[in-house]
Amino acid sequence: MTSPFLTARRLDKTFVLHAQGGQALPVMRGLELDLSPGECLVLAGRSGIGKSTLLKMVNGNYRISGGSLTLHFDDGELELAGLPAHAWHLLRRDVIGYVSQFLRVVPRVSAREVVMEPLLVRGCDEQEARRRAEAMLARLNLPERLWELAPGTFSGGEQQRVNIARGFIAEHPLLLLDEPTASLDAANREVVVTLIEEAKARGSAMLGIFHDEEVRERVADRLLELEGHMLVGGAGRRDDNDGKFSA
Amino acid sequence: MIANSSIADAAQGEASGYNFAYLDEQTKRMIRRALLKAVAIPGYQVPFGGREMPMPYGWGTGGMQLTASVLGADDTLKVIDQGADDTTNAVSIRAFFERVAGVETTTATGEASVIQTRHRIPEKTLRADQILIFQVPIPEPLRFIEPSEEETRVMHALEEYGVMHVKLYEDIAHHGHIATTYAYPVKVDGRYVMDPSPIPKFDNPKLHMSEALMLFGAGREKRLYAIPPHTRVESLDFEDHPFEIQAWEQPCAICGATDSYLDEVITDDQGGRMFVCSDTDYCNTRREDMA
Amino acid sequence: MKRPQLERPALLKARGIQRLYGPGKGCEEIDFTLHQGEVLGIVGESGSGKSTLLRVLSGLEKPDQGQVIYHPAEQGCAGVAGSDAELDLYAISEARRRALLRMEWGLVHQNPRDGLRLGVSAGANVGERLMAMGQRHYGELRAAGQDWMSRVELDPERIDDAPQTFSGGMQQRLQIARTLVTQPRLVFMDEPTGGLDVSVQARLLDMLRTLTRELGLSVILVTHDLAVARLLAHRLMVMRRGRVVEAGLTDQILDDPQHPYTQLLVSSVLTP
Repeated sequence: MTSPFLTARRLDKTFVLHAQGGQALPVMRGLELDLSPGECLVLAGRSGIGKSTLLKMVNGNYRISGGSLTLHFDDGELELAGLPAHAWHLLRRDVIGYVSQFLRVVPRVSAREVVMEPLLVRGCDEQEARRRAEAMLARLNLPERLWELAPGTFSGGEQQRVNIARGFIAEHPLLLLDEPTASLDAANREVVVTLIEEAKARGSAMLGIFHDEEVRERVADRLLELEGHMLVGGAGRRDDNDGKFSA
Repeated sequence: MIANSSIADAAQGEASGYNFAYLDEQTKRMIRRALLKAVAIPGYQVPFGGREMPMPYGWGTGGMQLTASVLGADDTLKVIDQGADDTTNAVSIRAFFERVAGVETTTATGEASVIQTRHRIPEKTLRADQILIFQVPIPEPLRFIEPSEEETRVMHALEEYGVMHVKLYEDIAHHGHIATTYAYPVKVDGRYVMDPSPIPKFDNPKLHMSEALMLFGAGREKRLYAIPPHTRVESLDFEDHPFEIQAWEQPCAICGATDSYLDEVITDDQGGRMFVCSDTDYCNTRREDMA
Repeated sequence: MKRPQLERPALLKARGIQRLYGPGKGCEEIDFTLHQGEVLGIVGESGSGKSTLLRVLSGLEKPDQGQVIYHPAEQGCAGVAGSDAELDLYAISEARRRALLRMEWGLVHQNPRDGLRLGVSAGANVGERLMAMGQRHYGELRAAGQDWMSRVELDPERIDDAPQTFSGGMQQRLQIARTLVTQPRLVFMDEPTGGLDVSVQARLLDMLRTLTRELGLSVILVTHDLAVARLLAHRLMVMRRGRVVEAGLTDQILDDPQHPYTQLLVSSVLTP
């Protein structure tokens, strides 16, 4: 087995809710993980345990409260805890890709451009980016008439396919998959499974959340049991911070 | 020119009760000092303590104060308005200085040592022993786009002249060519952008490397500026829309000149018209020479 | 895989900036570094000092204390060779500072009327900075004007129309074209989408994102709108009573705010 690309050691996450008198809300304790290139590690645990908390820590959305989260490159390590803000956006451009359940884009931008953007920020030629974006959208069976439209008005499944295309197109070495198949039909689930397999083949490391058992069975190389690391206080929160900091 | 304008000068038959050339000696010295500065910094607007003159602003009070300051008893003064020696304004100013300075006056460009002008530069090339004094209504060429005096001063200081081309750009955009025909902005000695006063752009080339000293006075705004002899004066333009002067299809209807600035004169109620030299002295001289 | 190069050259540094009109009015103890290609959002409520800070950073208002350090382009207008060179914005002459503002920097005002010349045509507005830099070819100025009007999605046919005949959103796009035409390295934006209808805002945001990416612009953006900050800014500084209470990656500030005030600010946003 190859050496791990991403490791977590004694990883902690605590939210401090100042609106509630500075109450500390520990949600993760002592999490350990090793993720190798070409491997898909699936987070396991009952619904509502707060699985996406880990993905958000790896993606930089959540600050790391304790322990270490480390990327291992051929020529050295990169510690994500305390990484300066200006480094994160380059890291996301080149290394860490995130496919969330929810699409967050500028309202007016077309589906095609949403998918092209991760390539364009790397300075990819526009023609090339367009060609690859269209190929990806076609694979995900998004009707061509929708490519020119902004995804804001799309159905949940259509939005998710745009999001998946955007997530996979740049072939990041580390992919965070937050229920990418949640609202897809069988045919498109199949496409996603193929995309994951292709990503594995090129050596991408993946950390994923899959509620669909069949998909989980097919893509998971290993399961990471979160029970025992995730604490009750953090349960039941939505994917974004809605309500978390409200009084 | 600036002679010993002593009290003795004032004894030559002109109106009594006034100092020579109307202004008191202190004022004239103050204006001369400002003029020296203006000559030293070509195109730069020098503030001066403008005085009330016995006529309203807009009638040439700035030019008159400069004339009063440089005039000596042995000078010969010519005053033109739109090129003509015989308009009310020109006649009045000439009469004024005859009365308060007792100087000789003339309408012949070649005989004058000091020429005060509004709206024209004489056609006859000026000499090193002549001074041309312009009456200026608005001395600030940047004023059209920048109302703040504080800001325009900084713009001059830092040579931020991009906006001057904005104006010319607008001309071309709206008229297909640079439609500014008078008060056409110039750059003096490669440094200061200057309003040459409302002379037709036809006269702009006469500012360039002139033998004569050119002084500009704005009475209301109390600013004066100068172009010393042999100074480069370039009219602003674009590479693909170079500066051009006006041209006429016919010569002067009176003297036949083809090299002078022509005024259109309506001759009857049926729309009859003719074009004649705006410089009356030039026109008359040519006719006399032909006769 | 090799470790990616995550460091970018610094473009602008704020060192201990203070500009106070009274206790808590203005800004103080401001320290940060803006790197090339970064979009930094400064967020906070009105009166938090963010606009004062923007004025200080953009060369419009001298701070009481501290320095604004700029790393000019190689052989930049400042005449300093090499990008390692540092310019202390308020130590250089006014002439150099204004030249810098005109050549290498740009400022987009909240109200386009503050950033446009309303008396002259759209084309003249776009061309002015080029003319200030010495462009003296009318045909080229016009071509640049039309090109930039297209880039900000204005009809190039309207190049000779006065800005007054444009809607608010169009005026704002014209102001952006006027600012970006000289391809500045650093652009300051003060609530660029404030005062615009929501539908117009979205369009402008998209355009700003695209232009920022295409031109590799570095941007300092002042906004009170966290949604605008989320879409445009790579990282944020949260200001309150003249001080920065929290700074970091935009997603982290909005998803996992640490400071009580930031938590309050984030939780106060209405989500439709």
